[in-house]
Amino acid sequence: MIGTGILKGMGVTARNFVGSYFEKERLITVQYPEERSPLPENYRNFPFLIYDGEDPQAGLRCVACKICEKECPPQCIYIVKSDDKKPDYMGKPQFYPKVFDIDISVCMSCQICVEVCPFEAIKMDKEFELSKRERFNHLLQRKEELSKPNEYYHGICPTEAADVDAKLGAAAEAAAKKKAVAAAPAAPVLAKPTGPTGSTSAPASS
Amino acid sequence: MESLEQIKARAEAAIPGAKIDIVPNLGPANQPSLLIDNEHAPAIAKFLRDDPTLRLDFCSNVTGVDWLDRVTKKTVKVKKVVEGEEKEVNEPIEERIPGYLEAVYHLFSMAHKHGPITIRMRTRDRGEGARLPSLTPVWRSAEFQEREIFDLYGIRFDGHPDLRRILMWDEFEDHPMRKDYVQPDDFEWEPTPHDDVLARAKQHYAPRPAEQELRPS
Amino acid sequence: MSATVQTLEAMERPPVTMSSRLEGELLEVSMGPQHPSTHGVFRMNVTLDGEIVRKLKPVFGYLHRNHEQIGEQTTYLGSMPYTDRLDYFCSMSNNWAYALSVEKLAGIEVPERAEYLRVILAELTRLQNHASLLGFLLSDMGAWGTPLMYAFREREKILDLFESLAGSRMMCDYMRFGGCRVDADDNWLAGARKIVDRFPKFLDEFEELILGNEIVIARTQNVGKLSADLAISAGITGPMLRACGVNYDVRKVDGYGFYPRFKFRIPLGEHGDTYDRLMMRALEMRESVEILKQALAQIQPGAIVNPKAKIRAFRPPVGEAYGRIEAPKGELGFYLISDGGPNPYRYRVRPPSFINLTVLEDLCLGHTVADVMVILGSVDIVMGEVDR
Ligand code: SF4
Ligand code: SF4
Repeated sequence: MIGTGILKGMGVTARNFVGSYFEKERLITVQYPEERSPLPENYRNFPFLIYDGEDPQAGLRCVACKICEKECPPQCIYIVKSDDKKPDYMGKPQFYPKVFDIDISVCMSCQICVEVCPFEAIKMDKEFELSKRERFNHLLQRKEELSKPNEYYHGICPTEAADVDAKLGAAAEAAAKKKAVAAAPAAPVLAKPTGPTGSTSAPASS
Repeated sequence: MESLEQIKARAEAAIPGAKIDIVPNLGPANQPSLLIDNEHAPAIAKFLRDDPTLRLDFCSNVTGVDWLDRVTKKTVKVKKVVEGEEKEVNEPIEERIPGYLEAVYHLFSMAHKHGPITIRMRTRDRGEGARLPSLTPVWRSAEFQEREIFDLYGIRFDGHPDLRRILMWDEFEDHPMRKDYVQPDDFEWEPTPHDDVLARAKQHYAPRPAEQELRPS
Repeated sequence: MSATVQTLEAMERPPVTMSSRLEGELLEVSMGPQHPSTHGVFRMNVTLDGEIVRKLKPVFGYLHRNHEQIGEQTTYLGSMPYTDRLDYFCSMSNNWAYALSVEKLAGIEVPERAEYLRVILAELTRLQNHASLLGFLLSDMGAWGTPLMYAFREREKILDLFESLAGSRMMCDYMRFGGCRVDADDNWLAGARKIVDRFPKFLDEFEELILGNEIVIARTQNVGKLSADLAISAGITGPMLRACGVNYDVRKVDGYGFYPRFKFRIPLGEHGDTYDRLMMRALEMRESVEILKQALAQIQPGAIVNPKAKIRAFRPPVGEAYGRIEAPKGELGFYLISDGGPNPYRYRVRPPSFINLTVLEDLCLGHTVADVMVILGSVDIVMGEVDR
């Protein structure tokens, strides 16, 4: 009979309408911004720079090697390498980025900079409420805005950050051992730990 | 499926005067291709489509490739008189290969479910002689793709039913996929410019107040 | 829509004003580019005789950004995130097609777990693409909102899976040459199993909602018929080809990935009309669910990326390769020529929805304007891929 198909369809609509009050599966939207669904740990948005220790500028892990600038597909990173070496927070002299800008109006959140960085210095952020009033100055993130402490990283990606810390800690230990072995025959000096050992500041803040 | 040598032999036997070369492909993919001569291309294409053992009825991908003038350096042995003696010496020679445009067709068979067979055609040069016979009468799927090649590479396809620009607008002059295409420099100013973009941006725009503020150094 | 009135015979005549009689005259209408049912910025120059389409010329290029030129100027890896933007509904299958072609070009093997993950993600992509296509098609027919919202509800669940694995809902950028970027943990696989198990319930409901509906049948059956011969000659691929009864599926023909390990059938249409194209999507979703169940049961722990594949300074040997997969919209292929450098010398995308539009005029001739929208919807286009 003509019309039964339509009536059946109406039945489905009615089932969905009533069902949306009782079944969670049928109503999956939330009332943003009052309600928020939790972000998954792998969620990525725009990159930020990690620093260890207290002082954001001294503690930056980035050594301005410019690999990420070269690999970034839309070329939205701009780095100027420092002329001199400054001690990082561990006291080891390192180059540092004099300018480190990311144009987040161009960045496409592809995570390639994170993958190519050999120093675990750049990671993906989860901040997504980024509306700004001006396209050039406000959407261009300078070094100061990009620098965030390692604790923040632990807060947003606990497992990944723990992995990174373990890796860096192991590398630092190995380097220290090597130095100790090399230094041992000459004089028994205390091997200074090198590299960031963020694992000491591991507790997540969130 | 037959090897390319067999296909070449049979096609050349079936179409008098046709000339087919095999272009090797040394990479791990190992997909060599057939270079067919422009004059007999439609006949060869029809043969490939209708031959009962080949039945390459599905022309999947049609695309252009731009090869600029190239200079290859080779060392050849030449006889030369050196210090009164005739000797064989290695001498580098430079071979200039003039540039050309290429149209590449990837053919499959839906009837026999085999493929791909790659065929390619080369134009005489990159200027006025950039003409090729259209294979749209043989495979309809080439219609939009040949238009795209005409648009982006500038190969004119003789016998194409509706050869117009497709992706760029009609008044556009150049062919943007060519290797020597020069991009217009009236792009938007960007705060994180690089190398040549930076140089051209400096040329094109007087520094904005914003830029001075951004780059104090 | 803007309308200019012209007769084809005497173009030089001064244009007839809208108030004059239109009998026996042809009306040229520009549909799009800003039109809700053109699925993006797509324009069709339609010549009408009353309501009947006499000529139809698609106009492309509003979203053209020369993707191929960009691909030739960035590194091999750098093109991977750009492939997400081709068919932005199915970034996972775009990633796979590109990764597959580069793996062919450079001869890289893919570990077993990565292949399983790829199959799972590609089939999930197919589910959400087909589901939302059915919703869009119905809203093209005038069923505004309701079916589309039901389809998007299911799609949302799959996108949540993508987000928790790859970090982004639509721009996944998940695959790498020789594997995948992040591993799926057991929680994720359990979540995927749950969604796959519940999906047939949605399909039943959706079919009940639309497929017996008299209006849907009246609007789609015998509309936009495509013959098998024309479809093959015009290079039509995907569900649109199979709706004409041609049994050609790259998953079966090439057997890439681990598809030969799974048992699944290829649904075939009979008439090649819009109704068959619509049904084809519904049936393919059921087969995808079957594949997903098998893949999720078979997946074993292991490495997800080939350790020999390099991330930085990746230079494939000189050569060329054409790789293709069965994307939800048809055969998606990448043709790459390497000259040994860090960038491809030639980077070409074979976009299925662009080539499927070749026959749009043939399908629409003789039908009414309202049918044009339905036919266009059943072709399943995404302008990011058509215009590139
Ligand atoms: S973020 Fe990493 S890759 Fe980029 S310059 Fe700093 S150290 Fe190098
Ligand atoms: S996420 Fe991608 S686009 Fe953004 S800065 Fe990093 S490499 Fe560049």
